[in-house]
Amino acid sequence: MIEKRSPVKTVLIYVMLIVLTVVTLLPLVWMVSSSLKLSTEVFTFPIKWIPETFHWENYVTIWEKINLATYTFNSFKLSIIITLIQLITSSFAAYGFSKCQFPGRNALFLAYIATIAIPWQVYMLPQYIMMQRMHLIDTHLAIILLQSFTAFGVFLLRQFYISIPDELLEAARIDGLSEYGTFARIVMPLTKPAMATLVIMSFVTVWNDYMGPMIYFTSDRNKTIQLGVQLFVGQYSAEYGLIMATSVFALIPVLVVFLAFQRFFVEGIASSGLKG
Amino acid sequence: MAQTETATRKAGSLKFRKALIGYSFIAPNFIGFAIFILIPVIFTIVLSVMDWDGFNAMTFAGIDNFRQIFRDRVFRSAFWKTLLYVVFTVALTLLASLGLACALNKNIKGRNAFRSAIFFPYVASMIAIGAVWKQLFEANYGPINNFLRSIGIANPPGWFASTDWAIWGVIIVSIWKYMGYYMLIYLAGLQDIPVQLYEAATLDGASGWQRFMKITLPMLTPSTFFVFIMLTINSFKSFDLIYALTQGGPGTSTTLLANYIYNQTFVYWDYGKSAAASIILFVIVLAVTIVQFRGEKKFTDYL
Repeated sequence: MIEKRSPVKTVLIYVMLIVLTVVTLLPLVWMVSSSLKLSTEVFTFPIKWIPETFHWENYVTIWEKINLATYTFNSFKLSIIITLIQLITSSFAAYGFSKCQFPGRNALFLAYIATIAIPWQVYMLPQYIMMQRMHLIDTHLAIILLQSFTAFGVFLLRQFYISIPDELLEAARIDGLSEYGTFARIVMPLTKPAMATLVIMSFVTVWNDYMGPMIYFTSDRNKTIQLGVQLFVGQYSAEYGLIMATSVFALIPVLVVFLAFQRFFVEGIASSGLKG
Repeated sequence: MAQTETATRKAGSLKFRKALIGYSFIAPNFIGFAIFILIPVIFTIVLSVMDWDGFNAMTFAGIDNFRQIFRDRVFRSAFWKTLLYVVFTVALTLLASLGLACALNKNIKGRNAFRSAIFFPYVASMIAIGAVWKQLFEANYGPINNFLRSIGIANPPGWFASTDWAIWGVIIVSIWKYMGYYMLIYLAGLQDIPVQLYEAATLDGASGWQRFMKITLPMLTPSTFFVFIMLTINSFKSFDLIYALTQGGPGTSTTLLANYIYNQTFVYWDYGKSAAASIILFVIVLAVTIVQFRGEKKFTDYL
């Protein structure tokens, strides 16, 4: 905005924003700080935000208590595979729904939109029965099949594809590109931020998912990191320092992905919902 | 005559080819979507009027399942608690995200850092962050109650240990986690408001508050609509949040519909009741969404 603000007002705005940000981040600071303390030190009051001695050994101990390596590997495996399938099939479908003409297009798209509004719990049971019949309970394939074809990805990418002018695609077709060529050479390169957004959203969602793995994975070798954290909370409920160390560890990959793509992410979400 | 016929046939086959190409684009996603999402949704509707435990033969039950759940005290409690949770979470998150968006739309240094910081809770895993909040809200020696006592509140709430306060703790954590996401949607809306509107209003002597009420708020209606719908849907879905913080307790004081459905399915293995409760959840979400769409005819803006 163009108007000049008085310096007092500017300072007030900064103070307010800093306070808000600090309050928002405080739980995370608590988490990191507690992860370096002994369990007996966690609840001292007044709070020592910086531990007297840094108990880095917490981060070693957690590996000995639970199968953290297996859980981490499984989480990476599922997050990467599901994200890839989502990215490929969703961008294809989004192109079909935004740039191709075929009978029943709008009806099919409506079916996609409708399922976004349906809470997952509504169809969780039939999915489970289906997986039971396919003998896929306690396999990674179950979660991969169930989470790879969400309507959300199609919806998100379609919002971006709509903004690409049809004239541009027409020009490409006249130049002799097939429909697939137009998609690969024109649309894909133009929508990199959109795809980055989907990659991050999908990765974060799968990585953080708790309910899916909890329902489907019973044997320890299949479990994911979120189940690991919860397992830890249940088994060592008084080991506050260790619980926080596990939690910090589970957050690190998401933090890395978030910081790396933060620009794309923030812009991508902001424009996906509303423009089109 | 013959020529036009071939022309139409050609046009017809071209149209057919175009349609085939269109289908080929959506097929990989649609086949998976139809099998793993669409069919289960339809199957839920069938199950809700059936009596089934998953092993013995299915028998038709009519509205028995619905009668049973309405007689179930836990279901009724979950139903009202869900409404309470949704109303407060939606209203407060909406206000918080709107306020944050307005504050962070200003031209200030470090704007992106502020935005990212506020957004970060959204990507944090609920299970990990739930463990933190449980410690923060600990009734006897947790930092929040210690703080409340230090400012003179002798009897701070018991939070997750109290049947009256647990749901409010859940609502606070929920607002904290999701306000950053909706702030981003509001920010996008704010960026679409032409600056000239504010310039003209300032020239006419409108105060900051007047500009907010007469320009910002009306121009943000599409964003508010989108935020409201998404917030409502997502609040009805809340499961991980509750599971990580309270596991539905103490007692059933924070058992919401999503948790109830989960329990009926995977704890009591009562498929009919689970499906009936699912249908109720579905109908509520659908009703709220339709009412919103009626009130706001800008649906097309989003498609």
